[in-house]
Amino acid sequence: MSRPVKRKKRLSQIKEESIRLFFLAHGLLAVIVLGGIFVLILSNAVPAFKEISIKEFLMSHTWDPTSPEKAEYGILSMIASTMMVTVGALFIAIPVGVGVAAYLSDVASWRVREIVKPVVEILAGIPSVVVGFLGIVLFGPIIARIFNISSGLTALNGSILLAIMALPTIISISEDSLNAVPQSYSEASLALGASRWQTLIRVRLPAALSGIIASIMLGLGRAIGETMTVLMATGNARSFPHGFLDSIRTLTANIAIELGEVPYHTTHYYGLFAIGLTLFLITFGVNLIADIILNKYQQREQ
Amino acid sequence: MVKGSNEQKRKLKMKESIKIETRDLNFFYGHNHVLKNINLVCAERKVTAIIGPSGCGKSTFIRLLNRMNDVIPAARLEGEVLIDGENIYSSDMDVVDLRRRVGMVFQKPNPFPKSIFDNVAYGLRVNGSHDRHKVEERVEKSLREAALWDEVKDRLKDNALSLSGGQQQRLCIARALAVEPEVILFDEPCSAIDPIATAKIEELIARLKENYTVVIVTHNMQQAARVSDYTAFLWLGQLIEFDRTEKIFTNPGNKLTEDYITGRFG
Amino acid sequence: MKRRMWFNLSQPTKKKALFQAMGFFVLRLCVYFVLFILLLFVYDLLKKGGGVISWEFLTQPPRRGMTEGGIFPAIVGTFLVTLITAFLAVPLGIFAAIYLNEYARQGRLTRLIRLSIRNLAGVPSIVYGLFGVILFVNVMSFGTSVLSAGLTLGLLTLPWTITASEEALKTVPNSFREGALALGATKWQAIRTNVLPYAFPGMLTGAVLGLARAAGETAPIMFTGAAFYLPYLPRSLKDQFMALPYHLYIMATQHHAIQQVRPLAYGTALVLLVLVLGLNLTAIIVRYRLRRRRQLAGW
Repeated sequence: MSRPVKRKKRLSQIKEESIRLFFLAHGLLAVIVLGGIFVLILSNAVPAFKEISIKEFLMSHTWDPTSPEKAEYGILSMIASTMMVTVGALFIAIPVGVGVAAYLSDVASWRVREIVKPVVEILAGIPSVVVGFLGIVLFGPIIARIFNISSGLTALNGSILLAIMALPTIISISEDSLNAVPQSYSEASLALGASRWQTLIRVRLPAALSGIIASIMLGLGRAIGETMTVLMATGNARSFPHGFLDSIRTLTANIAIELGEVPYHTTHYYGLFAIGLTLFLITFGVNLIADIILNKYQQREQ
Repeated sequence: MVKGSNEQKRKLKMKESIKIETRDLNFFYGHNHVLKNINLVCAERKVTAIIGPSGCGKSTFIRLLNRMNDVIPAARLEGEVLIDGENIYSSDMDVVDLRRRVGMVFQKPNPFPKSIFDNVAYGLRVNGSHDRHKVEERVEKSLREAALWDEVKDRLKDNALSLSGGQQQRLCIARALAVEPEVILFDEPCSAIDPIATAKIEELIARLKENYTVVIVTHNMQQAARVSDYTAFLWLGQLIEFDRTEKIFTNPGNKLTEDYITGRFG
Repeated sequence: MKRRMWFNLSQPTKKKALFQAMGFFVLRLCVYFVLFILLLFVYDLLKKGGGVISWEFLTQPPRRGMTEGGIFPAIVGTFLVTLITAFLAVPLGIFAAIYLNEYARQGRLTRLIRLSIRNLAGVPSIVYGLFGVILFVNVMSFGTSVLSAGLTLGLLTLPWTITASEEALKTVPNSFREGALALGATKWQAIRTNVLPYAFPGMLTGAVLGLARAAGETAPIMFTGAAFYLPYLPRSLKDQFMALPYHLYIMATQHHAIQQVRPLAYGTALVLLVLVLGLNLTAIIVRYRLRRRRQLAGW
């Protein structure tokens, strides 16, 4: 090849390579952002532990950073509150969600699916602040009336609302999992004289289980990380919860309540970041487990 | 073309009783006329093979015998399919029970992702047997009938998917046998299996006819010749010839049949 | 199992039919529950908020401590902050998706990137808010502003735009790429001329869906720039702004005359819901139309 052609070829190769690097940089962006969030939150959380012992942080019931006598920084009550409202939400969302998914994949006619699937998508699109608002004006009063208490802003309210927010995730991923079960299993089952219901319960749901569990983990992650809904609808009392009719304060709500007024660079301020770090680690862990489950599932299918 | 089934019986001088009979069977997928005027009989406790080039409707036909095509929305059937004299397509037929009485083994082995034991026991549990003893007995009996017992008796709790292809297919046979059907349908059971396993399964089929009526679809003519008592040759949805196997393979009555058997097409 | 003479069925079949009927009924109840919840939401919002919506409500600023007037500045603010979000999340998302789908090879790095995207999608919105306060408000000294809030929301939306863009790229048949390469095009040329035009509408739809989500978020903007009452519309990116979600939040929980402004809160909720769902609907309709047109054109 003559020299001008070689030069042109090398130039175009350089151009292609730099374009590739350009896109690579953007690909790495997700990793950088995630890492950045972790690092920044961590670096603002660590100073808190100069004043607060980790033991107190994780084990103490009382979070009272502004108390004039002794400031306390225990998040156990908030962890319990978060767990409580999340478990309550899953208690509702898992059966209903898997039920709807099973209905869509095994029972519903094409026409019914065309109605229900958009409904689920709409439900998924409702902003959390609107759900929280409806918790205050709609569900709260109903709960108060049913249980004869003064305020309906309780863990129960939060659970119902979080269930509504987790449902679309559980429904759509579970439905995908059920649809992915090989038809040959259903054929074999029917050929042995099983009914469609028996086939669903004994063959299809067990076969789709990994995907369903993964969907539950993702719904769980969503519920734990939800802020506005619980902030508005659960009452935000700091005490350790004793029942679903108690007012509770979750980890997320606490940050939202106190971040606005906390003076910068005080222990209290760092303490809020410590809570943020806790949240980050919890949701990271939940996502990791969901990933592992989904991976095992895909491997087995191969 | 073969006409009405009574004629067939006369023509073939069949002494055996008839288990399955189709009368003027026409089948449609939407606008596609897939099976045309099939008149066929399957003798009780004999093996009837259905042969023909791919796409001629063999699989479609066999799936009509246990109404597996019901699950396909665009399917439509005209004519009658009689088992023990009863039209299985009449509106008061108990389809679920029919499928227990007429078992099916599929082309690709499809064991459930459960243990070997649970696979064979599935049909029993689904049909109401929960007595542990009875279930265990039947599972062993079926696995023996399917010539698989010795190979798996020590690992009944293992996942069925850990078996080889040939073993999985024998497991599917055991699973079908466990519900004590009267008829067993085989839809190209060996097309996804290696030759050695195939030989085992053919042996098995030859033994099964002592107790069950067997209908087998196959595109492997040697297999049909080895295993069956009667053979039906299907081409483009029509029944070209139906006769005793030895006659079909040594002295076919129809030129088309002869061409197919000697490999001139298909 | 279709309708048939009940007495013709064998015992086992009757039992199975009974259990099936009961089982499917329970499944149906689950579906009714979900439908009921949505209807309840919509009904309540429409009933108590519908009356408040008026031209005045949508175009006037609030008066008398938000007890009267409209929510115009909040609508503008939401619009502005979503715009900033779009500027950050959409191009970056598209470029990242291009890398993942067109350039990336199977391997550790790619798995790490995908893991990061999934985790970013799961980070609680308040944690994004914390991050935004540190990075944009403090370190970069943007202060509480439209810019800080928009950038924070942009990061929140990034995993969604990446995922949606990747989905769009996946729908491009490989033959498009191969055809161009076989004619001597470079990889980038093939992508630019064959892949992107085909995928672009899908990417845009995904972007709109992500932005609809961003428009409804409160926690990331609460401490990075949103304010409840401002006398003027934001005049620069460094100003604070009003936003519909935050407005609703304050009116519902911290207003000094909560009961009195309840109807206005309903109105705000309704406007926000209509905005978000409207964006969703538009994106879905556009995607549907596009698919139909493609099918008809034989693509």
